[in-house]
Amino acid sequence: MNHPTEAVDPNRAAAPEAIVPEPQNTTPCTTSDPVIVVRDATATLGARPVLRGVDLTVRRGEVVALLGANGSGKSTAVRSVIGQVPLTGGTVELFGTPLRRFRDWARVGYVPQRTTAAGGVPATIREVVSSGRLSRTRLGLPRKADRAAVDRAIALVGLADRAKDSVDALSGGQHQRVLIARALASEPELLIMDEPMAGVDLASQEILAETLREQVALGTTVLLVLHELGPLEPLIDRAVVLRDGCVMHDGPPPKALGQHALPGHDHVHPHAASEPVRTGLLS
Amino acid sequence: MEFLTPPFMQRALIAAVLVGVIAPAVGIYLVQRRQALMGDGIGHIAMTGVGLGFLLSTSPVWMATAVAVVGAVTMELIRWYGRTRGDIALAMLFYGGMAGGVLLINLSDTGSNANLTSYLFGSLSTVSSEDITAIAVLAAFVLLVTVGLRRQLFAVSQDEEFARVTGLPVRVLNLLIAVTAAVTVTVAMRVVGLLLVSALMVVPVAAAQQITRSFKVTFVLSVVTGVAVTLAGTITSYYQDVPPGATIVLLAIGVFIALTLLAAPLARIRARRRETADERCTLEVPATRPAADDAPVRPV
Ligand SMILES: Nc1ncnc2c1ncn2[C@@H]1O[C@H](COP(=O)(O)OP(=O)(O)OP(=O)(O)O)[C@@H](O)[C@H]1O
Ligand SMILES: [Mg+2]
Repeated sequence: MNHPTEAVDPNRAAAPEAIVPEPQNTTPCTTSDPVIVVRDATATLGARPVLRGVDLTVRRGEVVALLGANGSGKSTAVRSVIGQVPLTGGTVELFGTPLRRFRDWARVGYVPQRTTAAGGVPATIREVVSSGRLSRTRLGLPRKADRAAVDRAIALVGLADRAKDSVDALSGGQHQRVLIARALASEPELLIMDEPMAGVDLASQEILAETLREQVALGTTVLLVLHELGPLEPLIDRAVVLRDGCVMHDGPPPKALGQHALPGHDHVHPHAASEPVRTGLLS
Repeated sequence: MEFLTPPFMQRALIAAVLVGVIAPAVGIYLVQRRQALMGDGIGHIAMTGVGLGFLLSTSPVWMATAVAVVGAVTMELIRWYGRTRGDIALAMLFYGGMAGGVLLINLSDTGSNANLTSYLFGSLSTVSSEDITAIAVLAAFVLLVTVGLRRQLFAVSQDEEFARVTGLPVRVLNLLIAVTAAVTVTVAMRVVGLLLVSALMVVPVAAAQQITRSFKVTFVLSVVTGVAVTLAGTITSYYQDVPPGATIVLLAIGVFIALTLLAAPLARIRARRRETADERCTLEVPATRPAADDAPVRPV
């Protein structure tokens, strides 16, 4: 499955918005150029092999979910793609460029696995999201278009009315939305998200899924780590399952994800309302 | 305004204002990175520079600046490479710097305990015109960095890994913060002394953030606090026979306490303002199920 035709034109990708004519992404657009290519990646963290030969290719416009148990190496794999974990072997390419020489970071939006975006000093949602735009403004001053992009990113995650609030005053799920907005602020072509749905309630998951759906419709490529597919399920083209640092499965998203397998059609019913009844004490 | 007449007092006030501006301006990034005590560490290291200055009969201020910069850069390098035993290595630097300073001063002929004390606790009344020039140049550098690069430094201090993924030169920016902090420490040395430098970098920021919600306002308010307490402390020490450094720091802590007490009523006022904007909770009849409930209580 790897070694995709490497004859991609090395110069600028012709159409940044390679929008598939039909918005439903049933099969990955087969011939489009790979955005992420990881080949035989190995990595050790503190003398312990965490990645043991991982192959992963994500093509333009694809939405790929990275699944696996706790400690299976999902975060490490994702962080090695963006150069935050040194590889002991193998190669990573982003947009056809070896990672070492890749400089075009405005094309990549990253959402780290985190519970908080707060530092030691108060900061507003807008200030935190603005830092995502630095990949475009760099050391220069933000222009009108930059400020507009930040506002748009905040609105996309549904926090427009709270933009001036401190991030310390947010719930965990709202925090996660701030981190997603920060990644969206640079209007990236590739979104890399490490458990963006962790701690996010079902209603907010729906909002985020809708946000993501819009991005994907615009041609954004997505690689995201998930524990359950949830409301994102209909969006996902392919799932890659890791176990102990090896790829166990690479193909259509597994239907049987255990008891929390999510009925893709079911999310219209407000689950949240019936949730508290399932305490086991009453029934 | 009688305190403005003596030239030594004019110089002292200029130095105090400059330090009041730059110490919190750098300190805010250290606090943001949760390295509030870094200034203290640099202060200890700068002691060796002061001692070296005495021993070599060169300017202790410039020597202290050089040694503090080297020390701060070393601390930053330790943070990169030696994560595991970082705290131990830092402790070595702190105490080694302090002990080295005391030793070197005793070895030199010119250095005395009185001299040492003036660096440890500041001596505003002895600030010379050359000192003022040096302080002004260094303060200009610090301001240029902390204000001119505030967006980038904010991003790096808020989330270093994310900043790296935006392609910012994170290592350079980190080094810049370290160097700027070192320069600030040695500039502030004359005003509040090496042992209290860190207080002026941290306490105004801590005070400001009791009542602020944004980084921008915190920055402005802590600089205002810094200037207010350094000015007030300097003037107080002119009329009363109190050491300016200690007075300044105690005033800053006073502001911290005052703003902390103010925080609760202020939050209540803000909450009330919001309450009038939104309506209060209303019980919904279960039969009419809302089409899109934006914010259900999160089931834990
Ligand atoms: N800094 C570190 N030093 C040593 N080992 C580490 C470090 N970080 C992670 N590991 C180990 O690497 C393995 C993979 O970690 P990773 O964070 O990639 O897992 P994950 O699949 O993202 O798990 P989760 O679902 O909990 O997020 C784990 O076994 C973990 O113990
Ligand atoms: Mg993880």
